[in-house]
Amino acid sequence: MTCRLPNGGRIDRSRKLRFLFNGTRYEGHPGDTLASALVANGVSLVGRSLKYHRPRGLLAAGPQEPNALFHVGFGPRSTPSMKATEVELHDGLVAVPEAGWPSLGWDFGRVADAVSGLWAAGFPYKTFKSSPRLWERLFEPALRGAAGWGSVPDGPDGDRYDARWAHCDVLVVGGGPAGLAAALAASADGARVILADAQNEAGGHLLHHDRAIGGHEALAWVADTLAALKDRPEVTVLSRTTVTMLERDGSALALERRTDHKGPQIGSFVPRQRLWRIRAGRVVLATGALERPLVFPGNDRPGVMLAGAVLAYVRRWAALPGRDAVVLTNNDGAYETAEALLDVGAGVVAVVDLRPDPPARLVARLAERGVEVLSGHVVVATRAGRRGITGVTVRALSADGTEVQGPARRLSCGLLAVSGGWDPDTALARQVGGTLRWDEAQACYITSTTPDFVSMAGGCAGTFSLHESLREGLSAGSDDPPPVPSVREPAYGTVRAVWQVPGRQAAFVDLQTDATAADIALAVREGFDHPELLKRYAVIGLGTEQGRTAQVNALGILSEVTGRHMADLAPTTARPPVEPMALGAIAGRAVGEFAAPRRLSPQHDWHAAAGAVFREEAGCQRPLAYPLPGETVAHAIERESLAVREKVGLHDAAPLGKIEVQGPDAGAFLDRVFTNGWSGLGVGRLRYGLMLTAEGSVLDDGIGGRLAPDRYRLMVGAPRSAAVIGHLKECAAAWPDLRVFVSDVTEQWATILLTGPRCRDVLGRLAPDLYLGARAFPFMTVQDAAVAGVPGRVARIGFTGELSFEVLVPWSRGMAVWQAALEAGAAFGITPLGLGAMEVLRAEKGFILPVQDTDSETTPFDLGYARLVDMGKGDFVGRSALEKVSGKGRRELVGLLTEDPRVVLPEGAALTADRAAEPPVPVLGHVTSSCYSPTLGRSIALALLADGRARTGEKVHAPLGLRTVTAVVAEPVFFDPEGRRRDG
Amino acid sequence: MVRFSLVSLPREALRGHTGWPRQWRRAEPKRRYQAIIVGGGAHGLAAAWHLARDHGLRDVAVLEKGWLGGGNTARNTTIIRSNYLAAESVALYDRALTLWPGLTQALDYNVMFSPRGVLTVATSPDEVREVQRRVYANRLAGIDAEWLSPKEAQAFCPLLRIEGGRWPVLGAALQRRGGIARHDAVAWAYARAASALGVDIIEQCPVTALRLDGGRVTGVDTARGVIEADAVALSTAAGTAGLAAGLDLPLESHVLQAFVSEPVKPALDCVLMAGGLDAHVSQSAKGEFVFGLPVGEGFGVIEKAAAGILDLLPTLSRLRLLRQWHGVVDVTPDRSPILGPTPVGGLSLNCGWGTGGFKATPAAGEILAHAVATGRPHPLGAPFGLERFAAGALIDERAAAAVAGGVR
Repeated sequence: MTCRLPNGGRIDRSRKLRFLFNGTRYEGHPGDTLASALVANGVSLVGRSLKYHRPRGLLAAGPQEPNALFHVGFGPRSTPSMKATEVELHDGLVAVPEAGWPSLGWDFGRVADAVSGLWAAGFPYKTFKSSPRLWERLFEPALRGAAGWGSVPDGPDGDRYDARWAHCDVLVVGGGPAGLAAALAASADGARVILADAQNEAGGHLLHHDRAIGGHEALAWVADTLAALKDRPEVTVLSRTTVTMLERDGSALALERRTDHKGPQIGSFVPRQRLWRIRAGRVVLATGALERPLVFPGNDRPGVMLAGAVLAYVRRWAALPGRDAVVLTNNDGAYETAEALLDVGAGVVAVVDLRPDPPARLVARLAERGVEVLSGHVVVATRAGRRGITGVTVRALSADGTEVQGPARRLSCGLLAVSGGWDPDTALARQVGGTLRWDEAQACYITSTTPDFVSMAGGCAGTFSLHESLREGLSAGSDDPPPVPSVREPAYGTVRAVWQVPGRQAAFVDLQTDATAADIALAVREGFDHPELLKRYAVIGLGTEQGRTAQVNALGILSEVTGRHMADLAPTTARPPVEPMALGAIAGRAVGEFAAPRRLSPQHDWHAAAGAVFREEAGCQRPLAYPLPGETVAHAIERESLAVREKVGLHDAAPLGKIEVQGPDAGAFLDRVFTNGWSGLGVGRLRYGLMLTAEGSVLDDGIGGRLAPDRYRLMVGAPRSAAVIGHLKECAAAWPDLRVFVSDVTEQWATILLTGPRCRDVLGRLAPDLYLGARAFPFMTVQDAAVAGVPGRVARIGFTGELSFEVLVPWSRGMAVWQAALEAGAAFGITPLGLGAMEVLRAEKGFILPVQDTDSETTPFDLGYARLVDMGKGDFVGRSALEKVSGKGRRELVGLLTEDPRVVLPEGAALTADRAAEPPVPVLGHVTSSCYSPTLGRSIALALLADGRARTGEKVHAPLGLRTVTAVVAEPVFFDPEGRRRDG
Repeated sequence: MVRFSLVSLPREALRGHTGWPRQWRRAEPKRRYQAIIVGGGAHGLAAAWHLARDHGLRDVAVLEKGWLGGGNTARNTTIIRSNYLAAESVALYDRALTLWPGLTQALDYNVMFSPRGVLTVATSPDEVREVQRRVYANRLAGIDAEWLSPKEAQAFCPLLRIEGGRWPVLGAALQRRGGIARHDAVAWAYARAASALGVDIIEQCPVTALRLDGGRVTGVDTARGVIEADAVALSTAAGTAGLAAGLDLPLESHVLQAFVSEPVKPALDCVLMAGGLDAHVSQSAKGEFVFGLPVGEGFGVIEKAAAGILDLLPTLSRLRLLRQWHGVVDVTPDRSPILGPTPVGGLSLNCGWGTGGFKATPAAGEILAHAVATGRPHPLGAPFGLERFAAGALIDERAAAAVAGGVR
């Protein structure tokens, strides 16, 4: 059955779009929403309610639609819970209702409605308590299965998303008359303006209201205004763009839907949606108002629709939601719906007006067309057939609005158009701290205060007159607004707020969660009489339409039941976003490989070509080892570490954090951030030190060199380098008395470590002018030098216990020097070594890796590094905390040697004193580093152990589930404790 | 109190639910009480119930500045687990975890405790080490902790992507007894049970100051007048520092955000935590995916978490964020709470829970009640006294406190 009107509507009848809904083929036109196309095809049943599985039809034509929730699309490009009113039709669209089993029309869940008394507000809290087992096994799964609308798509998203940043003088939200006027006025003198409109075309309510502006049809004014805006180079008009979040600093998030209206864009690179981050000097909100339904018995039938929505379907989409309508209203607005229905020959049975004295002129106009207005009446019951509503029962309403009286009159109808007044859309204003007040005359909450940078115009400000909306828009846009054009519009009239109508049938407040007026009364009876408690207990306004239709009605009923005035109640906090946003749109391009950058060293391609196995460390891709063909990673690590002890190794240390500290007070600054003294360090010398947190635990260690009296350079491990740089910058900012700059130069300097007894030979070939003898170039010194012809710097430092030189050259020359070192070292058996071998070599020497070998309690004393703490030098970060640390029970760094030298302890393993105790067993500490040492031919481990140093020689145990490993506590230096190998 | 039973439920269903009384009495503040608990969140209400039930102390008032359970009780992401690192913390949180399954029966109120398992995935070698350290320590403490291979983790949580994303899953720890509960219901359940035992629950009654005399607390100033008491407990989260003026509380307040998706049919049957990716996720009984974030303000935090979540759960990309909110958490230097008596006579504290207070509710109430009734710390609460900061005996949970670890 077609319900498409023969003419009119903002649809392109020259093209047909085919779509599939609930397994049936239908046709629509460009310009249709899925909802309007369903109306045009005479589809009245679109969903089932959540709790009682009652049949439901379309209520609205906009974002407040609670019933028509569909899974749209298929496979990895499908989206659950889409409101049909917000889905633009495209050819080939597939939509499946989210509810109904086995079918939408014949839903087994209807049995729930028969015993609806059991499911009143709060029922889950009172029931299913018999036993935890039954709850877990039976009731909870059943309850969970009944909840929720859509389902998660079964594959990764097939679409892309992106983001854009924009700045503007004025952001105008809403493309209706007030928003257009604001944008027009704001941009007149060249200001940069962004106009964001959620709809596919601008005009707002003018798209379905018959109005005139400046003596012409209002839509002509809309077109002229848009054309004028498009001529202004500083104006950006974004359609299909919803501003979803606003922050107090004037930043806004707006979601632009770029391809949803075109259908799946397979093979296209156009992102599905774009998230705009807009910084605005001023924000004009012109988001309009949303019509509110009335709460009366039987108000949830298919065919009960908001009067404004009926008008929109008829005028904007030329789709007729039903014939022989009854119009139920408490204000003037719905009379336009009645007239529009008459205009298209749909028939109006009666207008039922809650007001005892509707304007005579409206009553007379309808009387002329043969339509009776039942003033002071209300609908007290509805009847429905398979296709939806078939009739209503009407009775008179008492003067105070709380009772119905007099004879009942039954009217047959095919549509019930309802208007309960209009709620200004204040969500964005409330997100930035706007407050509301109750406007008794218009029966709605309007904003009373907003932050200075926000102005409100039109319906969202409670201004329902078109003329006044234009005036507000123009004034919000400019301090010197142009004159307001003349308009033709009806008077708005008065509103009679009646929050609930008594009757036997259930009167629904929240159609999405099936909360009824009786549920509110019950919740209040049980003490849930604060709006926030009511919302939670009776589950109102928590659905996907975010309370747009339910909230004010719920407050109205709450006010009636409790006797509190609406002014003393307030809508619950507005939570962003205004419209739900896909997680994919939030992540934008930061998915897959782009979720976080991979930092690559200048020699990365060489490592890859050499067959390196990589490990990620703080975003850096570092070679773990370079296995030869047929070699395992473990074997490669052994071979590489032995090469360092016997010959010479080459390691890419580019990811090490490099930090320059400059300024006259650089030394004093470092004295305050390190536990030892740095201001006395000679130029050209290097020093090792520890940085602490304010709580006295080790933040990181680092090696620094003094390059000039006012210039130091620090090198810190990759894992903590970002944290350390942040910490140093914070300190520099916190101590304005110190003249110092901290700069991150990590990616300015490639860093190549030559280490092993033959490294002097290799470096000698690379830097023939450099004296490399132990006296000429002592340990812990640094010199400028050209290496392989590249000017750079050489430091005599390493992390392996062997003779070592660290070569720093500009990042871009890293590969050249690396290649030269390989060639120069070929004769000496140079071996590239990865992180794995470095970890073995340093563990053999007991060098700590902060993070791994420390935790947030570990102090320098716990590490046995008391020599690095100079308590005599003045204050430093963490000092006062260190002074408090007591000696007993501290977890100290120790070495562990397993009884069976072949067994390698797992890192993280907990250590106990007692081998066979039953839990709970006191934990003495844990293994922090553990590996097999090929040099020593046995396993070694480092651990943090309570009173560890005093336990040297004792046994500890690591229970590992099926087995327990026993180890002997040892000194944490396993190899060359005297440091003889350092000088080669 | 009318018991929720197989007699009362059908009876009320048949007569339109007209016979249900208020779940907690509406009480007017008296001039004096034996004990006052400031803060009508789940912790404060639980303490009141324990005071009345365990200690027979029924001359008790709970003073709530707004609506019941309207602070962090209403805002948290409801995760319940006990797999902390330190033995003291494990004992505390596991006491709560042993009480959770019986809470519905004990309070005659379905709090919907759902032990669906808490899966903590590790996506970097450092995280593997850290998470395994906790697994080993938890086993020695005698609580359930399993280490799962990536494949086993995926079998437990089929939505989880273990390879092919930016961060491969290297393994996961699982505490099967952990799960979630219905946060609001927990507050209401304790309120109803405490009220039935005689506790006065007074909403819309902000406390403005403590009344002190000679090193002892004697009562509180409220917006509704002075109320005297022998003992006062503060259970006011981020409001504590302002009320306990005079005590040096090492608390920092931070903004913590969370958000939920639109409700969908059951798809995620466990709690998924990923500290390294700054997020945790569960699916509520209503079908919403509930996302917890690291502390911090602004949309940037959400954006970063979305990237991490989608790397692990790529099929959620088209699921839509429905509602986002924030609360203020009070964080201690060691990320462990402050719980028990104070140097001020009669004054007890319950604060500093950071991001992890909800899971501890049953134990926090029990321990706080003990302190209020006896003036001495409960054995499980003793290590968590305020004096530990002066003594340096911290209980460091920075790594195990999940997302709070991001606080520096």
